[in-house]
Amino acid sequence: MMIEILIAVTLVGALVTFVAPNRIAGKLAFAISLVPAALSLWLFAAFDGSGNALLDGELAFESRVPWIELGDYTISWFVGLDGISLPLVVLTTILCTLAIVSSWTPIDERESQFYGLILFIEANLIGVFTALDFFLWFVFWEAVLIPMYLLIGIWGGPRRKYAAIKFFVYTNVASLVMFGAFIALVFGLGDVTSFALPEITTAMLEGGPDGLFGLSGTAFASAVFVAMFLGFAVKVPVVPFHTWLPDAHVEAPTPASVLLAGVLLKMGTYALLRFNFTMFPEQVEAYAIPIAAIAVISVIYGAMLALAQTDLKRIVAYSSVSSMGYVILGLVAYTQFGVGGATFQMVSHGLISGLMFMAVGVIYNATHTRMVTDMSGLADRMPIAVGVLVAGAFGYMGLPLMSGFAAEYFIFFGAFGSDLLEYSPLFTGLAMFGIVIVAGYLLFAMQRTVFGPYRLETDYDVGRAPVHDVASMVVLLGLIIVLGVAPDLIFDMITDAVDPILQGGDL
Amino acid sequence: MAFVQLPEWAALAPALILAGTALVLFLLDSINPYSTNRTLLAGTAVVGSLSSLAVAVWFTAAGVGATGIENYGVIEIMGDQFVVDQLALYFMSIIAVVTALVTVASHDYLRDHTYQAEYYSLVILAATGMSMMAAANSLVTIFIALELTSLPSYALVAILKDNRGSVEAGLKYFLIGALSSAIFVYGVSLVYGATGSLQLDAVASGLGNAGEMGGLLGLGILMLIGGIAFKTASVPFHFWAPEAYEGAPAPISAFLSSASKAAGFVLAFRVFTTAFPLEATTDVIGVEWTWAFVILAIVTMTVGNFAAATQENVKRMLAYSSIGHAGYVLIGLAGLSTGAADFVMGAAMMHLLVYGFMNTGAFLFVALAEYWGVGRTFEDYNGLAKQAPVACAAMAVFMFSLAGIPLFGGFWSKYLLYTATIEAAADNAVLLVVAASLVVNSALSLFYYSRLVKALWIEDPVIDRDRLAQPTGLYAAVIVAAVMTVLILPAFDPIANAALEAAAAVIA
Repeated sequence: MMIEILIAVTLVGALVTFVAPNRIAGKLAFAISLVPAALSLWLFAAFDGSGNALLDGELAFESRVPWIELGDYTISWFVGLDGISLPLVVLTTILCTLAIVSSWTPIDERESQFYGLILFIEANLIGVFTALDFFLWFVFWEAVLIPMYLLIGIWGGPRRKYAAIKFFVYTNVASLVMFGAFIALVFGLGDVTSFALPEITTAMLEGGPDGLFGLSGTAFASAVFVAMFLGFAVKVPVVPFHTWLPDAHVEAPTPASVLLAGVLLKMGTYALLRFNFTMFPEQVEAYAIPIAAIAVISVIYGAMLALAQTDLKRIVAYSSVSSMGYVILGLVAYTQFGVGGATFQMVSHGLISGLMFMAVGVIYNATHTRMVTDMSGLADRMPIAVGVLVAGAFGYMGLPLMSGFAAEYFIFFGAFGSDLLEYSPLFTGLAMFGIVIVAGYLLFAMQRTVFGPYRLETDYDVGRAPVHDVASMVVLLGLIIVLGVAPDLIFDMITDAVDPILQGGDL
Repeated sequence: MAFVQLPEWAALAPALILAGTALVLFLLDSINPYSTNRTLLAGTAVVGSLSSLAVAVWFTAAGVGATGIENYGVIEIMGDQFVVDQLALYFMSIIAVVTALVTVASHDYLRDHTYQAEYYSLVILAATGMSMMAAANSLVTIFIALELTSLPSYALVAILKDNRGSVEAGLKYFLIGALSSAIFVYGVSLVYGATGSLQLDAVASGLGNAGEMGGLLGLGILMLIGGIAFKTASVPFHFWAPEAYEGAPAPISAFLSSASKAAGFVLAFRVFTTAFPLEATTDVIGVEWTWAFVILAIVTMTVGNFAAATQENVKRMLAYSSIGHAGYVLIGLAGLSTGAADFVMGAAMMHLLVYGFMNTGAFLFVALAEYWGVGRTFEDYNGLAKQAPVACAAMAVFMFSLAGIPLFGGFWSKYLLYTATIEAAADNAVLLVVAASLVVNSALSLFYYSRLVKALWIEDPVIDRDRLAQPTGLYAAVIVAAVMTVLILPAFDPIANAALEAAAAVIA
């Protein structure tokens, strides 16, 4: 019942906030969001599950109720948590609370609607990470789109309409491709009579689909694999499907950017892990090299693009493309450290990119510019906020004892020793080169904006950042350091859930 | 019934209650002809339609019309002229719900109108006709019910007497309506000539006697399809719909596009499953009549959606989109030649129910906009969400549901329709084309539905408006429709199964 309560509280909270007066909406949403945050931490503390939810693992907080029974097929309300989804749920609830706090300063119109939509996104994100029935999952997956479309479209920057529509069209088309492929797969799996992901996974590992549409079983499975990969790749996003991301990020208001980078991108990699990399071990093996190539290109190309930007927010936005490239590389390595590290990186990147976007937002609120070229010596005026920004940037670069280091170390370690991926040392080496570029553009941006004599080419008087903004950044930084010092806090539960995937092919 | 043995005609209660309500309204009008007590009038109409709904739902739950239960089962009355089965009750429920929503909304919309009592009694009379269409079991009662629906509808479209658009729309609607009634009744006479009966079961058993009159019968069937196409606003008899919906008062547009359409479809479902069983009819006329519906379905959904995509006027866009949805529902008839016949027809019925909420709600939102004096084009709707966030949230729900976004009922009924079509395609490959056009059209529709959401929520207003009033009745109707559109999701299983069972019972 706990997961239902978690989702219901957030949903009802969203409705309440939506109709509340603007004046109190921000504080009210914050108060409401503390409930799911506390509940998810309780789930974390009480977590008692082992194995992978899709692979006969022990499921925590499971509930399964038949929902729609039509013809031979059953759709159920089926939710549960395992070591992969739980950290992401906690990430979602914490990041949403902090995103709400970070909206207090910049959002000054239609507040109740804004905070209502944020809570609505939160509820659906929790749904995405807990649902174990394809249809239920798809409902949550698509429901995330609508509020994000509105958040960008209403509260965004000057080119918000373009960015919102591009975001909506790209991700919705990708979802349709994936949906069609997956439904075809279920029909192809003759003896499966439900859309429950564990059952579909089992059926896939025990022989896969019979042929359909004149394709042989293997060819059909490959086609589905590719279509689903494309569908999720847009969400991640990987090069060359990344073009919606900088537009959406740059135009989105700060809190929406925080959620977009922090959690929404993880929906893509989470889905890749749950669907492509868990259900299709044979195809992963067959397509390992192209996937790894895509991952490495995303890392390098994303970093190069970031290097070329002068808009602080754009720099952070493009850096997400490379960070997500690492996740894909870790997944395709198909080792305990690779896949586990990829999951760890999802959480870590959620925290770090959330922090970076908040910091950029704070700087923008104070200076009304995001251009690196317009700023210099901000450290004089807002020392604490800038200090946190610099610390976050170091986390991004992979400074030891911060979560970014642990994540990247796991991924590289896992990828280097991969048996599945041929030439894995080569791919790993190339991807590691990405770190150099990341360090390059971050140091470059820091040096220009933060250090040196104070100079600002706008008319605004820059003062210290508001306490609540700094506080939420400090909380994030604290989490980044905690996970960096003690990755075992979540890495153990992640590996519990990851190990069964790696044996999946032999079962 | 369980405690007291009611006479058999009591099974028609959902329709009779509506008829009684209409009479009460007449009575109220004759007591005080110039009454402007709109709360009393609208209240009576709402209570009447809600009672009708309650009885229909109660009958369904109690098992009236369900086969295989003792003392219950299908009730045929008045010499088999009417039949009360699951199909009839299902559609009576849809019609009653829409009528209730429309009458609640009309309370505010008609605040300055002179002919209050007339308006409500006409609405309820039309609803009575629709309810009877759901139960009519003979070509005569069908025709009478059809006219009982149509005549008040003509008047209702033209009821804004001082508005040229309304009067012109009423005239167009009337002319095309009269023409299609004539075509329909001519079709009836041809069918009678060929088979010697008017009662639907008797028509079916009379098919064998048609002998050399197969051609005549085929022509008759074609003409019946024409009449139905008019009532459901399907191509090629769809031209009246955008005109009439645009000119009519918006609650009436909601009423016609949801309830009247549903009534037209139940007619089609009953006539074509009962009177013209596919094999027997094919033996006589030489072609399967499902082909007509395959073509109609594809053409209707395509024409409707493409035309909707090019509209600048919101009401016209909704009108064309409702033609598109008629195309989706026509799949229910197109798939009748296959083994999955009950599945397709049930799915189409399910879509009509969901549509009853989301489309009524959308038109009622337009009614709200007209109440506020906002203009008619997309641009006029710009930025309304700033002034009326809750109503605009409801409208976003309707739009996303009509477009088929998974959170809302519209996706699920479309998905059901889609799977049913795919299953039916196993027997008749042409249905793959139908399924494909369902998907393509549905994807296209997202464009123009999201355009309205964009106007409401994202665009800035072109003009500054004063504070918008919040008329209770209209707001309540819009919000109830939105809540139902969302609530269909958790309650999908029982409703869909009721639809599928009803379809299976009729087909068997």
